[in-house]
Amino acid sequence: MRALLSLAWKSLLNRKGSVLLTLFAVALSVALFVGVDKARTGAREGFGNTISGTDLIIGAPTGSINLLLYSVFRMGNATAEISWPTYEKLAARDDIAWTVPISLGDSHRGFRVLGTNHSYFEHYKYGHNEPLRMAEGKEFDDLFDAVIGADVARELGYTVGTEIVLSHGLGSDFGSGHENRPFRVSGILAPTGTPVDRTVHVSLEAITAIHVGWESGAKNPMSDSISTETIRSFNLTPKSITAVFAGLRQKGTILRTRREINTNKGEPLMAIIPGQALAELWSVTAMAERALMAVSIFVIAVGVVSILTSILTSLNERRREMSILRAVGARPGHIFGLLTLEAGLIGFFGASLGIVIVHVLIAIAGPLVSERYGISLGGTGPGLFDLGVLGAVTLASLLAGAVPAWAAFRRSLADGLSVRL
Amino acid sequence: MSDAAIAIEALRFAWPGHPPALDIDSFTMARGERLFLRGPSGSGKSTLLGLIAGVLQPAAGRIEVLGRDMSALSAAARDRVRADHLGVIFQMFNLVPYLSVTGNVTLPLLFSPVRRKTVGDDAEGEARRLLDRLGLSDPGLLNRRVSDLSVGQQQRVAAARALIGGPDIVIADEPTSALDSDARDRFIELLSEEAARTGAALLFVSHDRSLASHFSRAVDLGEINHAQVAA
Repeated sequence: MRALLSLAWKSLLNRKGSVLLTLFAVALSVALFVGVDKARTGAREGFGNTISGTDLIIGAPTGSINLLLYSVFRMGNATAEISWPTYEKLAARDDIAWTVPISLGDSHRGFRVLGTNHSYFEHYKYGHNEPLRMAEGKEFDDLFDAVIGADVARELGYTVGTEIVLSHGLGSDFGSGHENRPFRVSGILAPTGTPVDRTVHVSLEAITAIHVGWESGAKNPMSDSISTETIRSFNLTPKSITAVFAGLRQKGTILRTRREINTNKGEPLMAIIPGQALAELWSVTAMAERALMAVSIFVIAVGVVSILTSILTSLNERRREMSILRAVGARPGHIFGLLTLEAGLIGFFGASLGIVIVHVLIAIAGPLVSERYGISLGGTGPGLFDLGVLGAVTLASLLAGAVPAWAAFRRSLADGLSVRL
Repeated sequence: MSDAAIAIEALRFAWPGHPPALDIDSFTMARGERLFLRGPSGSGKSTLLGLIAGVLQPAAGRIEVLGRDMSALSAAARDRVRADHLGVIFQMFNLVPYLSVTGNVTLPLLFSPVRRKTVGDDAEGEARRLLDRLGLSDPGLLNRRVSDLSVGQQQRVAAARALIGGPDIVIADEPTSALDSDARDRFIELLSEEAARTGAALLFVSHDRSLASHFSRAVDLGEINHAQVAA
C-alpha cells in the first residue's frame, strides 16, 4: 500500500499543472461548502445568543416570529402597542419576577432607538447569560441621556458627551422631527455581537418627552416653543409601550403564565417563549438553508467529477505506463489501486486546502464579521465537521477514481505487455 | 519439460474478432539459455511474449514457465510468476517517466516479495551496482529524471530493472531497434553478461536477423508459427 501510495504521489507530481488545477477546483468547492456551513451555524448561534435569561416576550397580538423580530432583532414594526396600565398589571403579577418594558419607533441615522428603563441593563442577557456592560460612561440618568451600542459609537465616531438628535420613525435623514430635543451620550455599551450594538437606548420618559407636540401623529409647529425645562415638569409616564421582556419567579410556570397572558381579559396580549419562537424562525429559514447547502454539495460534486475527468482524460497517454507497470509485476489490482489512490490524494489534499482556506479567512475576517454582524464563524480551528467533510470528500474522490481505475484495469488486461495503439 | 525455462505445446491464440495470431506446435527454451527469436513486425512476437508473461491467455495449448503451466494458473498466480521470475525490456519509452533512474530500476521490487528478499535491504545499492555493471556509473545520473537520459542510457536502465532481484527469465522485446550498431552490440554484450552472471535465461526478440550471432541459439518465429499472420 505504501509503495502504491508513493507511486501515486510521484505520478501526481509528474502532472503538476493539471493536478493543481483539479486540486484548486476541489479546494474551492470544499471552501464554499464549509464556509456556508460556518456562516449558517454562526448565524444560528448568533441569533440564538441574542437573548437569554428572558422567559417571555409579551406584546400586542401578532405573529410570534414578528414579535420576536421587532422586539429582539429590531426588524420590522409592531402592529399595535400595550397600554401602560396593562403593563403595570403584568409587572405586578405574582409569577413574574422582573419586567423590562421597551418602546420602539424612532431612529438615529439608521440605528433604532429603544426606550426602556434601568431594569433593561440589569436583566437583559445575551449569549450564555452575559449581562450588558458599559465600555464607557454610565447608564442614562438625565432625561435626555442616551446609551449607545458599540457599533453606533464606532460607526458614527461618538464618544461620551456627544450630542445626538433622534429622528421620528425609521427615517435616517437629519432634521426629521426631534432636532429640538437633543440628547447627550452618557454611556457606550461594550460589544455584544447582538442587535444591542446597533441600538440607541434612552429612557421611556425621554420617548414621551420627544413626542410632546406629536399627539396628532404629526409634529405640531408650536411644539418647538415648549422648552426642554418645561417638559421636564410634565408627567412623562408613557401611555403605551411596544413590548415587555419578562422573567418568571419559577421556570415551571412558564406555560401557565403564557396561557394566562394570551387569554388576558381586557386588552389582548400575546406572550412568546423566545427559544420556541427562534425555533419557529429557523423552521421558516430551514428551506433556504437546505437549498444553500444543496447547492454547495452540488458544487463539491462538480469538484469531484473534475477529478474523474482529469484522470480519465490522461488515461490514453498513460497506457504505456500501465503496460510497463504490468510488465514489471503490477497486477490489475495495483493499476486499479494506483488510479484510485491518485483520485483519493487529489480529493484529500483539495479538501484539506479548502478547509485551510476557510479557516485562514475566518482567522482574518472572523473578528470583523462577528463585530459587524454578530455572527461568530467558529474560528477555533478545524473541528469534527471539517474532519467529516475531509473524510467524505476523500471517500467520494476514491469512488470517483474507481471509474477511470476500472477503465485502466480493463485496458491493462487487454493491452498485454505492449500497447496496441 | 519441467527443466525448461519456457516450454510451449500446441499453442493457439487469436485476438477477439481476428484470425489466429499464433499456432505453435512446440517451442522450448532451457534454463540459462540465451535464445534469439526472430520475426518480422506483426508476426506475433509481442503476443507470444504476452502469453509467456501470463498477461494473455491462450485459446488452446500449454505454456510452461519454470515448470508452471501458465494456462492452468489463476490470473493472480500468473501475475505472481511474472513479478517474481520474469524481467521484461521493451523497445523504447519503457521507463516510468515520473520515477528517477533508481526508482525505475527498483520498481519490480515493489511488486515482488521474492525479488525484494533476494536483493535484501539495500535495494538502491543493488540498483547502483547493476547500473554500474551496465556502464552507468555516474552517480549524478541516479536521481535524474529518466526523460533526461539518452536512448542508450534509458535502455541500460531498463536492462537493470529487468535484472534486479535475479529473475530466472529475462525477456527483451526489440530492445535495440532505437540504438546505432555500436551501441546495440555493446548493449547486447552487457545484457548477455549480466544474464549469464545471474544464471537467467535470456529470450531476445527482434526482427533483425544480423543479431543472431550474439546468441547461443536462434529461432525464426515464422518457422514455428503456423498461423497466417499479416506482416
